Amino acid sequence: MTQNLRVKSSEFIDETNRISFKFDGKTYYGFKGDTLASALIANNIHLVGRSFKYHRPRGIMTSGSEEPNAIVQVNPNSNITEPNARATEIEIYEGLEASSQNCWPSVNFDIGGINNFLAPLFPAGFYYKTFMWPKSFWEKYEFFIRHSAGLGKSPNTRDPDIYDHRNIHCDVLVVGAGISGILAARNAAKNNFKTLLLDEKNELGGSTIFEANEYNKINNNLASEWLKKEINELKNTKNLEIKTRTSVAAYHQYNYLLARENLTDHLDKKNKKNKIRQRLLKIRAKKVILATGALERPLIFNNNDRPGIMLSSAIKKYSNFYGVACGTKNIFFTNNDSAYESALSLHNKGIKVEAIIDIRENSDAKIIKKINDAGIKIYWSHTIVDTRGYKRISSISIMRLSNDGTSVTGSKISISCDCLGIAGGWTPAVHLYTQSGSKLTFDEERKIFIPKADTKEQISVGSCGGDFELDEIIRNLNYKLKNFLNIDKTDFDSIALENDHETSKRNIWLLPSDQSIGKTKPFVDYQNDATAKDIKLALREGFRSIEHVKRYTTTGMGTDQGKLGNMHALGIVADTAGVKMGELGTTTFRPPYTPLTFGTIVGRNIGEFFDTFRRTPMNDWHIKNKAEFENVGQWKRSWYYPEEGETMHQAVQRESKAARKSAGILDASTLGKIDIQGSDASEFLNRVYTNAWSKLAIGKCRYGLMLNEDGMVYDDGVTTRLGENHYIMTTTTGGAANVLGKLEDYLQTEWPELDVYLTSVTDHFATASLCGPNSKKILNKIIPDLDLSDDNFPHMSFKEVLIDKIKCRIMRISFTGELSYEINAPASYGEAIWQKCIEAGKEFNITPYGTETMHLLRAEKGFIIVGQDTDGTMTPIDLQMDWIVSKKKYDFIGKRSLYRSDTMKENRKQLVGLLTEDPNIVLEEGAQIVSELNQKPVEMLGHVTSSYFSPNLNKSIALAVVKDGKNMKGKKLFIPMENKNISVTVSNTIFFDEENKRINA
Amino acid sequence: MFLINCPYCGERDQQEFKAGGEAHIERPKQPTELSDDEWAEYLFMRKNIKGVQFERWNHAHGCRKWFNMARDTSNDEIKAIYKMGEKPPTQ
Ligand SMILES: [Zn+2]
Repeated sequence: MTQNLRVKSSEFIDETNRISFKFDGKTYYGFKGDTLASALIANNIHLVGRSFKYHRPRGIMTSGSEEPNAIVQVNPNSNITEPNARATEIEIYEGLEASSQNCWPSVNFDIGGINNFLAPLFPAGFYYKTFMWPKSFWEKYEFFIRHSAGLGKSPNTRDPDIYDHRNIHCDVLVVGAGISGILAARNAAKNNFKTLLLDEKNELGGSTIFEANEYNKINNNLASEWLKKEINELKNTKNLEIKTRTSVAAYHQYNYLLARENLTDHLDKKNKKNKIRQRLLKIRAKKVILATGALERPLIFNNNDRPGIMLSSAIKKYSNFYGVACGTKNIFFTNNDSAYESALSLHNKGIKVEAIIDIRENSDAKIIKKINDAGIKIYWSHTIVDTRGYKRISSISIMRLSNDGTSVTGSKISISCDCLGIAGGWTPAVHLYTQSGSKLTFDEERKIFIPKADTKEQISVGSCGGDFELDEIIRNLNYKLKNFLNIDKTDFDSIALENDHETSKRNIWLLPSDQSIGKTKPFVDYQNDATAKDIKLALREGFRSIEHVKRYTTTGMGTDQGKLGNMHALGIVADTAGVKMGELGTTTFRPPYTPLTFGTIVGRNIGEFFDTFRRTPMNDWHIKNKAEFENVGQWKRSWYYPEEGETMHQAVQRESKAARKSAGILDASTLGKIDIQGSDASEFLNRVYTNAWSKLAIGKCRYGLMLNEDGMVYDDGVTTRLGENHYIMTTTTGGAANVLGKLEDYLQTEWPELDVYLTSVTDHFATASLCGPNSKKILNKIIPDLDLSDDNFPHMSFKEVLIDKIKCRIMRISFTGELSYEINAPASYGEAIWQKCIEAGKEFNITPYGTETMHLLRAEKGFIIVGQDTDGTMTPIDLQMDWIVSKKKYDFIGKRSLYRSDTMKENRKQLVGLLTEDPNIVLEEGAQIVSELNQKPVEMLGHVTSSYFSPNLNKSIALAVVKDGKNMKGKKLFIPMENKNISVTVSNTIFFDEENKRINA
Repeated sequence: MFLINCPYCGERDQQEFKAGGEAHIERPKQPTELSDDEWAEYLFMRKNIKGVQFERWNHAHGCRKWFNMARDTSNDEIKAIYKMGEKPPTQ
């Protein structure tokens, strides 16, 4: 069965380097330089997969990244397997394993293939129409759909490969290293532009490099020979960096491009090891030259998808570049001259070409004579009406086309073959051009979308700009380069060019058959199994916008984004609806141009490097003392410190009791700290906080609430006056950066006249918060010289002290309701000061506590946490904190909004306390609150914001926001849960020490 | 991804910046004198133009300075960048 179709040695293939690989479990051989596709074809294997919807056998169609069919699973038996790889892009290496996708149990016997015979039941929109009804059945349908479809399997373990990112800045970026790209890069570099040339293939030279048309000559040499010399010189050009195997995925605004550089996928296992697999290049280019070439179009006719049906240009590449014949009996089907070049290439290598079917009436290209001399029969004005062969094409039927191209006449001729090359013309690869935001224009005569205009920062050259013939490519390239790079001459101004010219054109988007369209299968999108019939159905059902037709029929929605068939879909819509293609527009091409692995996208930002995290200076102590950590913003904060065998609940209950009974210590270093200086600092604070600041004495602290301009609570914290014109503000841990940004905003844009300077000093200080009735004794042991009496150092005041020569700031402030001191030390002494507190506190059984206990203790006191008890819809009045809103101040941020009709409404949601009827039930935070149990629909009055079991009160406590809560004290409400209804009573928000006695205890 | 020419630092990648909404909306000097409607006009109403729009931008991960930008929202072309307090370009 296996047959060697290697026809002629090729300079691009190293036949001394034989490589074995496995496909669908069977071992084959190829050579270094082969792609999986060329190696399979050399082994006479075309059938490589099944189509998505009908499970029709499909073969290799192309030789590049536009491949719709030959989608394979790489290393299928490994748990780091990779799906959806294109066989036309995989370079083979020793040990490569790949398998077909989308077929079960095997590519040769596929159960889903039954769909092919049921095809009349699977029209466009079939899934939408059938499986969505009745809705409740969707889960059952989904099981079957997922089981029989799907594109490959995903890896199920962590990707062990290394990926990398690199930023590149260059003067000129050239995308595509075909003849246009090479000449452009050469000129840019020679004129001292720092130039980067990228190509997705491993070889430079594009399609010219394997060109064999003797009518295409440069300086009297074959174009390919001339280009090879140019490429050799390129390698010695200064200012030029060349990257092959590098595919541009995205072209964003301002010449920002993302490209994937493939470094090791072509290497064998041994050589892959410990190397970076792929690198994402983030390129910012001053100027971009797009030389992305053109993609050959297929032709759309009945049964145009059988294995063995390939693009004519691909057949040429397989024979000229890889030295592989795609068949032994070849036929070409074309609407232009390029298929004749492919046919002649095969003929000259001794590969049999049976016939050429051309829908045109004639062509006066010089190459036609060569074809006639070779004795290859040409059927002018004919079209293929059907093909046969299930797993490989075996024959075609052709008929004469009517003059208007809409029907066929005469008798049917059958010709046998094992390979059919189709040539439907060329589509400029404008994908990247449009991604950049640039607009296209439609050339009605040539039926192509081309770039509308070049700019100072971007040009399109070669066939992606609509130039297809050698002389026009070089002429336009020279002209464009001079303008774009502002140079007087190029190196290629005076080269001698010779080439054939195509004069005869005929384009038919959907070729007719002798059967009615309903009985034919003319595929437009091979990967998604969308036919011309589906598109016509969509139009009949009323879809008009091309974007809607695309989604309804799924045309162009595969992993190839319909690179081959999109133009035909547009053409068929235009023809059917009777509109001009230019008016219809085109669907949007979105990045990435070809799929990217997630590994490439994230690069090194994985695991612990996924996000930045911040640790406090006392972190090592926390780890040593077995703290559990909690993420708060980017900070890792001690959550609780479980002792041997303790659950989280047990630890928190113990810590909470200890802090109130004797002494506790909390690492509060993460709180945001903003240093505020300037002669207008007091005035500034007056404007940003709701309460008054002018009269705060030096050495005193004050709690402040900050609003947004809409009157809603934004942040809170204690600010201390350190000097006449000097304050230190603390913010919430999560809000620090935003608060600083907001304050800067007001200073720079609204109040530039204020003399105020803000500096973030969060990381400069470590903060140990000592709390509990014995905290004064502990502090006294550390700083014996300091008078800690309430007279000298009262609550809400500050002292600057020396602890072992270290200058520290101590604030006597409390977030727990206990007597409490916050010691702020320079960050590098944070751990030492903390240690000192622990040592001094030993005799008082000082207990380190984490954020959970802190939350519990403050809830007992009814202190809010911004972001937990508030959610951007709570005013200070809603929080029952009217006391902090100054009535005297003329203005502060958010003041006016507190007098809007909406914020003054009486029955807004307000913060209240909740006590459960059963003191042992702890409510769930977020649980909804209702007043009626037997009403449907029931009104949701609010929700629980904070909830704990208080060990100091020996009962469950909660804070909640409840509609009209202020007027509900003592009222019974309900929390309906999944299995029970919990009765609660509305209470005061302060549960513990309402008289604030303990602060001065 | 824009390339933004910070008036204080020079050209930098967009990811260093934060957009801050419509420019040239001055905070009323005497908010208490305003009706609810007038205050709401300042607080909530923002233009969303197809064409040249004046916006505030902040070089958040750089010099932290705020500045203004005239940007064509239809093609994201940055027409002008000018400092806070300066008048928008007339054209
Ligand atoms: Zn800046």
